[in-house]
Amino acid sequence: MLGFLGLSSLDELFEHIPAAVRLAGELGLADGRSEADVLGDLSALAGRNRTTGAAGGLVCFAGGGAYEHDIPAAVPALAGRSEFLTSYTPYQPELSQGVLQALFEYQTMLCAVTGMDVANASLYDGASAAVEGLNLAAAATGRKLVWVSRGVRPAVRAVIATLCGPRLEVREAPLVDGMTAWPDDLDAPAAVLLSQPNHLGVLEDVAGAAERAHAAGALCVASVDPVAAGLLQPVGSAGADVAVGEGQALGVPLAFGGPYVGLFACQQAPFVRRWLPGRLVGETTDTEGRRAYVLTLSTREQHIRRAQASSNVCTNQTVVAITTALHMAWLGPAGLRELALRCARGARYAREALCRIPGVEPASPAATLYEFALRTPGPAEVVLERLAEAGFLGGLDLSDEYPELGETLLVTVTETRTRAEIDAFAAAFEKAVT
Amino acid sequence: MPAPPEGRVPEILTGLSAGRAASTPLMGREAEPTVFELSSPGRRAFSFRDTGLPEWPAEELVPSEHLAADPPALPEVSERDLVAHVSRLTHRNYSVDHGAYPLGSCTMKYNPKLCDAVAALPGLTGCHPAQPAPQVQGWLALLYQLERALCAATGTAAATLQPAAGAAGELTGLLLMRAWHGAQGRSPTKVLIPDSAHGTNPASVTLAGYEAIEIPSDARGLIDLEALRQAVDADTAGLMLTNPNTLGLFETDIVAIARAVHDVDGLLYYDGANLNAILSQVRPGDMGFDIVHLNLHKTFATPHGGGGPGAGPVAVSERLAPFLPGPLPRPASEDPDRYQWMTPDRSIGRIHGWHGNAMVLARAYAYILANGGDGLRRVAECAVLNARYLKERLRGAYDFPYDDPCMHEFVASSARLRKEHGVKALDLAKRLIEEGFHPPTMYFPLIVDEALMVEPTETESPQTVEALAQALLLVAAEAEADGGAAARAAPRTTPVGRVDEAAAARRLRLVWSPEG
Repeated sequence: MLGFLGLSSLDELFEHIPAAVRLAGELGLADGRSEADVLGDLSALAGRNRTTGAAGGLVCFAGGGAYEHDIPAAVPALAGRSEFLTSYTPYQPELSQGVLQALFEYQTMLCAVTGMDVANASLYDGASAAVEGLNLAAAATGRKLVWVSRGVRPAVRAVIATLCGPRLEVREAPLVDGMTAWPDDLDAPAAVLLSQPNHLGVLEDVAGAAERAHAAGALCVASVDPVAAGLLQPVGSAGADVAVGEGQALGVPLAFGGPYVGLFACQQAPFVRRWLPGRLVGETTDTEGRRAYVLTLSTREQHIRRAQASSNVCTNQTVVAITTALHMAWLGPAGLRELALRCARGARYAREALCRIPGVEPASPAATLYEFALRTPGPAEVVLERLAEAGFLGGLDLSDEYPELGETLLVTVTETRTRAEIDAFAAAFEKAVT
Repeated sequence: MPAPPEGRVPEILTGLSAGRAASTPLMGREAEPTVFELSSPGRRAFSFRDTGLPEWPAEELVPSEHLAADPPALPEVSERDLVAHVSRLTHRNYSVDHGAYPLGSCTMKYNPKLCDAVAALPGLTGCHPAQPAPQVQGWLALLYQLERALCAATGTAAATLQPAAGAAGELTGLLLMRAWHGAQGRSPTKVLIPDSAHGTNPASVTLAGYEAIEIPSDARGLIDLEALRQAVDADTAGLMLTNPNTLGLFETDIVAIARAVHDVDGLLYYDGANLNAILSQVRPGDMGFDIVHLNLHKTFATPHGGGGPGAGPVAVSERLAPFLPGPLPRPASEDPDRYQWMTPDRSIGRIHGWHGNAMVLARAYAYILANGGDGLRRVAECAVLNARYLKERLRGAYDFPYDDPCMHEFVASSARLRKEHGVKALDLAKRLIEEGFHPPTMYFPLIVDEALMVEPTETESPQTVEALAQALLLVAAEAEADGGAAARAAPRTTPVGRVDEAAAARRLRLVWSPEG
């Protein structure tokens, strides 16, 4: 090939680059290694982690936005198919009907779970979905003020502060007895954002929030948990205009926080055509009238609208979205309800057992589903350390992020926990606080 | 089929049947019903473990005002039917594993299976992101070592791994720019962008609260240095630049460009979309860039996943490091083999809900270790060699409005075929599908008419690149001969023919419904 180009060395390919900026030496990285050596090195690094789930691992009672659930064998087997995994964004629909149809089915299932009319093909994670929900509301209303409930996960609020901060005014609505207390005067906002359930595990009044938002001319953005949606009234029917959320709980491993998937759905409204963020798959036909799928409404997107776009999202989390759709199809309506029910039963049992321990009490009286915040008699951090020594990942320490609650732990119970494990956890908990 | 130029093609490139990247007909010609149409009431795939817990009914666990009357209307299918459905869908999809994917700017290189094996290690997948640092030392070490490798490759001081994709990296980088200016007591409002830039650049600029100012390209396709010098002033926050640029050309005036921007206290932002071309040859930091985003799903071969997930780490020079998003994994001062989380003093804040797309990061680290410094040099060399060869093979059949030596990709124009025969770049792209190749990127960058942006990548063999060249020559020659009839009818070998995009946007069916 060099001969065809009239060149005598590979170096000549780069000779038009100014010598002043050419790298004189090496990058300072070690030379390449064999597959077996690399796998060995990374297995050794992985061995320095204490994992959940596996034999000998920590028994997991932690959640707070990332959940351990049983993952059906069929889900990774299908989601890992290289036709999905190693394809690009389906810009050539004739070569991409598989990914496009899978995303169309995902969009449909997400609408069912949220009670919405329209869903996009995914965003990065729950935090980015929340940011885009607020951006959409700001664009659709032409307003710059947004209210964010303190019940929204603290890291999500932090991402909102970073990414919306330069353009929007973000105000926080406090929690009273575990539930969001919206101020009497919302002051013409673009949106109110709340989480259902919230970060303390408490069931929020979405219908009430939507009413308040609409009375103030704002959109109600609700962050949803797709597992809880197996039991709860869909936020769409409760009046929310936009549903956002984290989809990890459906078929995606904990994986130290990513890749997860940002859920985004909304009601049919004029703002959809102009301002809905992310990619959308639509159904259409081909030249012979056969059903076909294609990315649609691309005029909203940054590659057309450039500086006028309301979102810069391009790459999304397609294969993770497909993973969640596979898990939803595997569960079906009865399975999703059963999954949520089993989580709620385990949580009720654990909450009763833990609250029998002297000095341990619920952080709020409000109803919860499968996560709940508990006050601990000593520092929550120490309780977690002791529980880890006993083989449990005991929950999330909320004390730094919610200092008003005192020493508080968020405990999560999913369908993976048995009665015996919960009994053992309660016994270890009692020892840890005494 | 046109013969290669006489006497100039190496022997190795002549026996080509083995080089054709993909068998032309995809399977899956049969339409596949949606999963909802396969649904049958009461059919189920799920099972749950025995827990021994009391079986309280939903009504005792959920207050009535919150309890849904019915669960969501998901499909009801057996596992067997679900597997068959999805398997048939996969047969209706092309991928890098099938063959060449010369999609310019997207760097669709082969994704080594080693990285899949790493991403499946239970010691990595089984960690909760909120676990205290002492429990996840392996993860913190991995992330820190990846950060060091990315800084070595880019000539920078420190990096955040949080951004989930390139566009998230852009916004992060621009917020860093904003924070840095703020710390100097300045508040410039404008960010300069070449007219050849990706659309994400101006969109990110707007989201960061800046105004995007477009700088024209000159006759060479490079940034117009005079126009740039006139545009920069005290209100310039910085310049976003892709180098090599989206025409596949190296911005050879980079030293003067950097000086012009730095002279007004602006910062230089490197869009890493095309970093693959210059690995181990030129480092963004050495060119004067202050902020660099990387697309690990391009340069470091993590799979694109049908559109994602990616990862868009942002690396910065020393002076910007105090503003990076936190937390960052850092070795403890008293024990460098022990890692802890640290948030920089003047951090702009979080960018991601957890630590970024961790599994994508692990894949990229495996790719870097497997290639090593020597392998990464080879990556750039072969990427440029393949593109340079392919471009020269197409000379005569296609035009190159910007004809300086290309790097890892080039932009050809089929404007002549459009003018003489009414054949669009789109038609040629669709005809190429019938020859067994994914089409190049079309109609980008916007400054080239009938643009076909071709990036063969380094992972395709000389035989495959030659086969691609012959396919591209064939479709052009055929269009000359038949006035574009075959190209306009293409593709006829795919599960569906050309789709009606206008109808999709007009009727807007984004969800399945039983009414059709």
